[in-house]
Amino acid sequence: MLTLVGEDRPGIVARVTSALTEVGCNLGEASMIRLGSSFTIMLMVACPSPGAELEQILTPVAAELHLRLHLDPAGGGLHRHLVPNIQVRVMGADRAGIVAAVTGALARTGFNILELESDVAGDPERPVYIMNIQGCSERTLETLREAVAGLGAEGIAVDIAPVETLIG
Amino acid sequence: MAIRIILRVPDERLRQESEPVTRFDAALRLAIDDLEETRQSGPAAVGIAAPQIGWFQRVVIVDVSTKKGVANHGHLILINPEIEHWEGYDIGREGCLSVPDYTGNVIRATRIRLSAQDPQGAPLAFEMEGFEARAVQHELDHLDGLLFIDRVVSRRTDLFQRKVYAARPGAAGGKPT
Ligand SMILES: [Zn+2]
Repeated sequence: MLTLVGEDRPGIVARVTSALTEVGCNLGEASMIRLGSSFTIMLMVACPSPGAELEQILTPVAAELHLRLHLDPAGGGLHRHLVPNIQVRVMGADRAGIVAAVTGALARTGFNILELESDVAGDPERPVYIMNIQGCSERTLETLREAVAGLGAEGIAVDIAPVETLIG
Repeated sequence: MAIRIILRVPDERLRQESEPVTRFDAALRLAIDDLEETRQSGPAAVGIAAPQIGWFQRVVIVDVSTKKGVANHGHLILINPEIEHWEGYDIGREGCLSVPDYTGNVIRATRIRLSAQDPQGAPLAFEMEGFEARAVQHELDHLDGLLFIDRVVSRRTDLFQRKVYAARPGAAGGKPT
């Protein structure tokens, strides 16, 4: 698992992936996204050479692009997909603790988060925090809704819906 | 009846446009039986299109009646289907028998009006919504050589803005302010 973070600029992905491809690495699942003014890359890489060598190849590239580099051994293959069955949408006044409150309530039911996206919308004077979570749970919708029911009193709207994946 | 081989990406034949059905004969009905048997042989597919088994005619099968709480018209065999009207849009997660081990978010119309023919050639007409409408749109794409992976979007693309105003009380049809 390769992690790279740094000031966003055009060409980061192209430079990093071509360096990896040149030494025969295969690329797998990836999340690459701009957050704030930073660009973040998390990328599964399978390499013919061991990890130390990968670090040697990437260190100069990271330095050139002013990125921080981190490598972790990752288990499993390049593709190991879990399909979410529950979607949670959250909206509330932007304040400290909203993420912890919602994810804490979900975690107590054994909910497994696969993906979480969040953003801040609304006027600068009255910002609204919006979060979208997709994950897996074996509990019923009722159980999950009950788990987050208390948050309504704190001004946090939580909508829990099943994700029906269509196969056709 | 026979289970046929399902074409999988990157098979170029999935990209070809299928021909309208002109002969509503016994051969057509036999091929439909194969299509249905193939659909049922794999993972729980709510639909299948003829080109997925290498049969390039405009025939699809859709059946979302096995999904709980989903409005539906039961088991449908649709010959020469055409969508005549679209309304609304929503994001939903899709996968495909022809694209194993991958799912993605796709924008589809939430309500459609559909015309088609049955296996005897008689006209059919439906109004559909939600999951069933999504399934029909997915299958009809196959007839035009399109796959859901051609339409995958990031949820980040439009969800945040939409959700802000959808959740404002009394703001239906309004604009986010
Ligand atoms: Zn399909």
